[in-house]
Amino acid sequence: MSKIVDGLLYSESHEWVRIDGNIAIIGVSDFAQAEMGDITYVDMPSEGDELTKGEDFGALESVKASSELYAPVSGKVVACNKQVEDSPELINEDPYGSWIIKVEMSDSSELDSLLDSVSYEKIAA
Amino acid sequence: MTDDLKQTCLHNSHIELGAKMSPFAGFDMPIQYSGIIDEHNSVRNEVGVFDVSHMGEIFISGPDALKFVNHIFTNDVSVLQEGGILYGMMCYPDGGVVDDLLVYREFEADHFLLVVNASNIDKDYLWIREHSDGFNVVIDNQSDRWGQIAVQGPESEQTVVDLLGIEEVRDLSFYTFLDAEDEEGGRVIVSRTGYTGEDGFEIYASNANIEAMWRELVGDGVKPCGLGCRDTLRFEAGLPLYGDELSEEISPLMAGLGMFCKLDKEEFIGKEALETQKVCGVQKKLVGIELDDNAIPRAGYPVELEDGRQVGVVTTGYHSISLDRSLCFALVDSSFAALGTVLFVRIRKRVFGGKVIKKRFYQTNYKK
Repeated sequence: MSKIVDGLLYSESHEWVRIDGNIAIIGVSDFAQAEMGDITYVDMPSEGDELTKGEDFGALESVKASSELYAPVSGKVVACNKQVEDSPELINEDPYGSWIIKVEMSDSSELDSLLDSVSYEKIAA
Repeated sequence: MTDDLKQTCLHNSHIELGAKMSPFAGFDMPIQYSGIIDEHNSVRNEVGVFDVSHMGEIFISGPDALKFVNHIFTNDVSVLQEGGILYGMMCYPDGGVVDDLLVYREFEADHFLLVVNASNIDKDYLWIREHSDGFNVVIDNQSDRWGQIAVQGPESEQTVVDLLGIEEVRDLSFYTFLDAEDEEGGRVIVSRTGYTGEDGFEIYASNANIEAMWRELVGDGVKPCGLGCRDTLRFEAGLPLYGDELSEEISPLMAGLGMFCKLDKEEFIGKEALETQKVCGVQKKLVGIELDDNAIPRAGYPVELEDGRQVGVVTTGYHSISLDRSLCFALVDSSFAALGTVLFVRIRKRVFGGKVIKKRFYQTNYKK
């Protein structure tokens, strides 16, 4: 059973979002990291990149496969987690403590289409 | 889909061990148990055991057995002693590869065992039968009756001696085998072979006996290892996988495996084509590439020159677990295959530079 944290929003592609004012802090769920296995590389976007909800902004690579990351919201990348880029295994160890990017949202109404922890539990079982 | 998948004799054990299962070559196979990195490191540093029961065993016997095996096989079995093993390929007349395989020369005259890839068992069996006209041989596909495990790693000899009680393996040199018997008098074959770049053994026996050995080993703490790390290990050791580095389109000479094709043999299927390739050169060659970045090249990614011109394609790639570098095999135009050539791999939206290096990325530790 994968761990799901209350108070976060989730996408169907298994990213989580923590809201901090107008900033969306984005990572991947425990379900996603468990599915991937040992994560060995994070293909990060650059700060300043403009993301469109639903489009890929980077990728996680495990030993065996790569898995695209999809933007749960639109906006500008304002920070990339250097620590996670240097030590991708942090995502396996603590998926909810290891954010990947921070995005300045251009349309916070997009959050309405994300899932809460109860709804997400149904697809991440 | 899952209903059509075959199961090995160890399937129940994989489920009990909580393995992540996935279809491979028509079988429902374990990809990993504790994790690919952990399993990989166990084999490099200690010992691990693999279920390779999906592999095929085809026996060939009869007065013309030696002549026939030499007809379908690129390597020369006439130089093989009883108890010896040779690696090589079966080729099509155009030099493309039907399969790569091991040939065991048995302790009985005119008896050979061919160990073939699981994905190719039916194709190989058909191919072998179709080319046996005029040879007095018996061809017996016993793939379903044999289980197989591979015990691999620097502690594998001690493990096989201590836990399976097969003391004689101490005397086996690389690429030789011995015959033993289980308690019911069933045949057990133990060879000093593997697919990891480490010392190790492959053990063939009845499905029931293989299950007993597997449970003994795993029960005593030998780490079960899945196909995930089997691939990372063989890759680092520079070993090809049929379908990726060898195929109908990729000949042994293109893959750099000319040493396993004895062109001085009187004849074998594909000999003329391989001779032509040797004289005229091949258009594409398999190379190793080391990237300057940690981005991971995957099968199918384009290999380019600095100006963006595509000159090849990645066949297998990983961030190497033992070497901590991003490496790949790639099939490239022969003009760009020399060691040191600077090449680029396109990974998603970006391009990463690297250079051609030897395919044997990892220093293998075989017992000679």
